[in-house]
Amino acid sequence: MIPTSYYVILSAILFTLGVLGVLLRRNAIIIFMSVELMLNSANLAFVAFAREFASVDGQIIVFFVLTVAAAEVAVGLALIVAIFRNKSSISIDEVNQLKG
Amino acid sequence: MTLELVLFIVLGAIAIVAALGMLFSTNAIYSALFLILNFAVIAVFYLILGAPFIAMVQITIYAGAIMVLFLFVIMLLGAEQLRQTEQLLRWQRPLAVILGVALLGLASFVLLSQGIGTAPGVPPAADLFGSPGVIGDRLFNKYLLPFEVTSVLLLVAMIGAVVLTISGERKKKRQRSVRREGPPV
Repeated sequence: MIPTSYYVILSAILFTLGVLGVLLRRNAIIIFMSVELMLNSANLAFVAFAREFASVDGQIIVFFVLTVAAAEVAVGLALIVAIFRNKSSISIDEVNQLKG
Repeated sequence: MTLELVLFIVLGAIAIVAALGMLFSTNAIYSALFLILNFAVIAVFYLILGAPFIAMVQITIYAGAIMVLFLFVIMLLGAEQLRQTEQLLRWQRPLAVILGVALLGLASFVLLSQGIGTAPGVPPAADLFGSPGVIGDRLFNKYLLPFEVTSVLLLVAMIGAVVLTISGERKKKRQRSVRREGPPV
């Protein structure tokens, strides 16, 4: 059986890649996909700990995280479409009208 | 080196390479496809970890529904590639990489210094661990209230998505008609 710590390390690596995606990319859709990657790495850690402690509760939490991710994607993509209608671009550098 | 460890290393490498591919693809479509590969690999990890129900949910909801929505929006907007814009903050990229690596190091250090998972760990006893029956039983007994709140969340998201995507012209037309006919009774 593979130790849980390996899964936790893998999850940390994937989470870091997601963070880098949010910080480095300028395309709003790719930033959204990076957020999904981070949610997924957290899910992986949850499932690994569910096995570690032989409890199903961790898997239930993953179920709820999935629901939140679905809701977030629906609203987020609607926002992106609305921004694209206004600016005809989804580069986050061009969304700066609140800047003084 | 057991077969299980080899499998873990190969799958982990695929997951990381897919995540890197998502990060560095210039075309957003390729990014989405790499992310689907990553989700599929994580579903296999769930199967190995004794969570068959979560694995299937991962495939159907994430790889099936969410990523199809992403691909649909990318193709709808024609936003595969951004126009080249000048870099607004020159120091942001190196700083982001440094902070990301620091985050990885800190998170690994904290998680491993707790001694999590270094113990041999109890293998799940029954074959039923993580099966749909067990999950459903727990979901509708212990977690009934969160489950119901989830349905409200989904309703709010649905209404929000519809309101945000109503086109401006239609909204204006409706306001005009309201003004002409007076407020609705």
